[in-house]
Formats: sequence, structure tokens, C-alpha cells
Amino acid sequence: MSNIDPIKLAGAKAKGKRPYFMDNPDVERLTNIVLVLTQELAVTRERMDTIERLLERGEPVTKAAIESFRASRTEADERGLWTQEYLARVFRIIQQEGEAIETGDEAESEEVADELAERA
Amino acid sequence: MADTQYTQERKPQYEGPPDYRVAGQHGMYPNVSHDESARFNFLAQMNRHLSTQVMPFIGKAYEARIEPERIKTEGKPFASRHEVRKALAKDPIWQWWSALRRATMESRQQAGRWVVLRQADELNTKAADLTNSDPRLLLDSKLPLPRGVEAIDHHCMPGSYHTELVEGDITGPANYDIGLFATTGGMLGLYNDGGGKAVAEWVRKNLGEDFKPKRILDIGCGLGHNVLPLAEAFPEAEVIGIDVGAPMLRYGLARAKSMGIENVKFIQGDAADLSSFDDESFDWVQSTMFLHETSYKTMPHIFSESFRVLKNDGIVLHVEQPQYDSSMSLFEQAMRDWDAFYNNEPFWTKMHEVDLDDWMIRAGFKQDELIHGGVAAIVDKDVFPDAADDDSEDFGRKAAWHVVGARKSA
Ligand SMILES: C[S@@+](CC[C@H](N)C(=O)[O-])C[C@H]1O[C@@H](n2cnc3c(N)ncnc32)[C@H](O)[C@@H]1O
Repeated sequence: MSNIDPIKLAGAKAKGKRPYFMDNPDVERLTNIVLVLTQELAVTRERMDTIERLLERGEPVTKAAIESFRASRTEADERGLWTQEYLARVFRIIQQEGEAIETGDEAESEEVADELAERA
Repeated sequence: MADTQYTQERKPQYEGPPDYRVAGQHGMYPNVSHDESARFNFLAQMNRHLSTQVMPFIGKAYEARIEPERIKTEGKPFASRHEVRKALAKDPIWQWWSALRRATMESRQQAGRWVVLRQADELNTKAADLTNSDPRLLLDSKLPLPRGVEAIDHHCMPGSYHTELVEGDITGPANYDIGLFATTGGMLGLYNDGGGKAVAEWVRKNLGEDFKPKRILDIGCGLGHNVLPLAEAFPEAEVIGIDVGAPMLRYGLARAKSMGIENVKFIQGDAADLSSFDDESFDWVQSTMFLHETSYKTMPHIFSESFRVLKNDGIVLHVEQPQYDSSMSLFEQAMRDWDAFYNNEPFWTKMHEVDLDDWMIRAGFKQDELIHGGVAAIVDKDVFPDAADDDSEDFGRKAAWHVVGARKSA
């Protein structure tokens, strides 16, 4: 047996200085953590989905049954679609920032409030 | 039909990666558990989300604010892709996309490494059993690593193509193999071999049935994803893959044998020095997604050596993402350069700007011997997404490539 420690080595750093993209690297570090949490929730969700589908098929829900589960094409498509919707939800703020690029400058609510409060 | 109705039939049609579990299970494939498969599913979707839902906003930001801002402050448009990239790097939407793209790549590496490292002993034993004392694996532990491979771990893959954690370790290539699905969203097909399949078909179509190669050399063959389709398409041929990374070659032979493909040899060697091969001894010299991982210094040697070992009437083909030429916008060039600067592919940028025709001619080919073409991954379309039909763009990562080559006249 070798002494490869998979937990430690799995996340090893690749050779080469890591670039950071955001103005504040701490925000980016946190983003990395959030992304992995997002990932792990998707993993848990897929497991739940597998369990539900085994139950629906009337099969015993054992660890072995979960491991050997194969989704049909339709089932896989449903799961894929779920993940796409999930990602769209998680990254809503980026979508909205993106949409704002095209809209350009917009009035803030306070400006509109002032405008609406103007007397005739 | 009224737009307000959202019936079962109007449920959005699914477009995207297939379930990870459809990936081809050859005999060297590690055991990938339910949750590990689910993790790859997520990562494939995440990459797709970034390329289809986030990246388009960068083009919009470029048009709406980045380019206008440049004109306003400098009074002239961008002059180079590097100027464009530096300006993009200040824009928040590019920053978010980049941060998430890099994070997804790192998470993909961790996901794959966990799978292979937790079963390292089994995998290494399996590879040893399949390859020990097989003459089709020829390793050279004294071979120096090219600087490009030694300096940095390509695409954030810890240990790159060459590191062995223990003697005979093949966990590096095993990780590369099982995670490619996540990076490409399944676009490369059952055995990640859609590129090689497309090259084989392209050769059949364009060179005709008369072209019957007896010896094929694949330089920078990696673990052989795109070599095996050539060996299958030309079963009479002796196919030789060379690479500097010993683990790739060992895994490559073990994988090939487990798939029942016997006419392939894997030899450790540097493509810039093919002195162990005779002049005019191959009918076909192939490189697939290899040149971008070499260097400006070694490329002339790679080209001249390929010319030297090629028989008359033989072909050299290089398959790569498209070159940056004047028909490609600076914005697209800057986006395509992302992997060079932010995904540890340092030669990517320079390689894509050189005039490959000119380099081929300097290596000895004549202008009228040059070959140009294009290929898109060939996959089982019932299961895998079809790159030829897909109009999404993941600058630099799409499963469609250019072919630049030459046929040596007799
Ligand atoms: C991106 S991989 C491509 C692998 C393969 N052609 C494929 O299509 O899957 C590049 C490979 O080139 C190898 N390589 C880099 N420089 C080399 C050189 N000078 N000679 C031989 N192989 C080299 C690396 O070890 C790596 O396996």
C-alpha cells in the first residue's frame, strides 16, 4: 500500500501562480467556497432524486441500488433541466447585472419618487 | 396557443450534457460513485452555464462600455488582443465569469483527483498488470522534460502529464480521462475520442480509399484519446504515439488493450527530436491539440522532424483551435486567449498567432502541398451533444477544430 492521502492531495495546488480576477481577492476566495457549496447541494439533490426514482420504480432503496442506478434518457433530461434552472437561480445576480449592460443608465427609485412628488 | 399556458408539452426542451454515467467504461476506468458522477454532472452544467448564460454578456459589455470607453479616453480603437484583454480584465462581468470559470476548473480537478487517488493502488496495479513487460510500452526515464511542461501545470491539473506520486503511478492520466467530460459537457463523445474519429473520417473523405497508411505517428499523443480512433480506422497500420509523459503512455497502453485495440505502441519521446525514427518511415504524422502546449523554440524542430520522418506521398496533419488571423476580431482573440493566461496554457497565445503555413514551408513543404480543413467531434448523436450542430461558443473549448497540414509530393 502506498501512502497517498487522497483527501489532502485531491485539492493540491497546480504549479504556476494563481491569478485573481476580482478587485478584492477575499471576495473571490469566498466565491470559490460558495461555488463548491452550490456543487455539493446539487450532488445531494441528485442523490435524493435517485432515491425518489428508485422508490417510484418500487425497488429497494439500498446503497448498492443507488450506486448502480441509471437514469433513462427522459429522467436524465429532467435532472439536467433541474440543474440548469438551479444554476440560473443561484447566479441570478449575474444575469441581472448582464441585463443591465444592455439597458444602460436607469433612473433610481428615489429619483422617480422625487419626480412623482413634484407638484403640478 | 396562448402564451400564458405553460403546459407539460411546453416544458422547455432539454439541451445540454448527458448524464455522466453514459461515459464509456473501458477497462481502466476508475470506479466513479453515484455522488462523484453527480459532481461531474454539476461541473459540466456549470461550464455550460458559464459559456451560454454568462459569457454572452461579456460581448455586450465590450460593445456597450469597454470599447466606447477606450475610444473616449484614448481617441483610438484597441490595437491588439492584449490591449483588449487588459481592458476586459477591469470589467466586473468579465471578472465574475473568469473567477467562476477558474473556480470550476479547480473544482473539476479536485473532483477527479479525489476519485482516482482514493483508489490509486488498485488503478496502478491494474495498469501494471496490463503493461508490464509489454514491448508496446517503451519508456525512457532519462528523457528531459520540455520547459513548457515542466514550468507550469497545464490547465490547472496538479502534477500535469508527467508526475508520478509513486512508481508507476497513472492517477494523473486517469484524472484527465474521467474529468474531460465536465470541461467539454460531453461534447467529445463516448470515449472522449470524437476528435480522433473526426480526423479519421476527414482523411478517408479527403484522401480517398487509396490512402492506406502502413505507419502512423501521433506526436504528443497524451493518453491516446485521439490515437485509438486512427488505429481502429486503419487496423492494418502500425500506430505509434509518442509523448514526454510516462504516466500518460502507461495508462494509454493499458486503456487501449482494455478496449481491445492492439495495433498501437506508446513510446516516451520528445516530438522535437525524432532521431530514434528513420527518415521517410511514416505515412502519416498526426498532432491533435498538441502544438499549443509546445514552445516557439521547439516548434521549428517539431515541424522539421515531422517532415523528415514522413514518406513521400505521406501526410502531416495538425489539429488545433483556429489561428488568430485578420478575419478574427480582436475581441474574439482576447477571449480565446483566456486559457493562455488564466488556465495555465502559456504557449496558447503565441502558438495561435503564428502563420502555420509559413512554418510548414520552412520545414520543407511546398506551398501547393499544404492542406487546410476543419473537423467537428463525431459522437453518437442519440446520446451526446453534437458540436457541428451547436452554435454556442466556448472560445477555445468548442469540440470543433481546424486542420492544417501538408502532403509530401512523391
Ligand atoms: C493537450 S495534450 C493532447 C493529447 C492528445 N494529443 C489528445 O488529443 O488527447 C498535450 C500532450 O503533449 C505532451 N507534450 C508536450 N510537449 C511535448 C513534446 N515536446 N514532445 C512530446 N510530447 C509533448 C504532453 O505531455 C501532453 O500529453
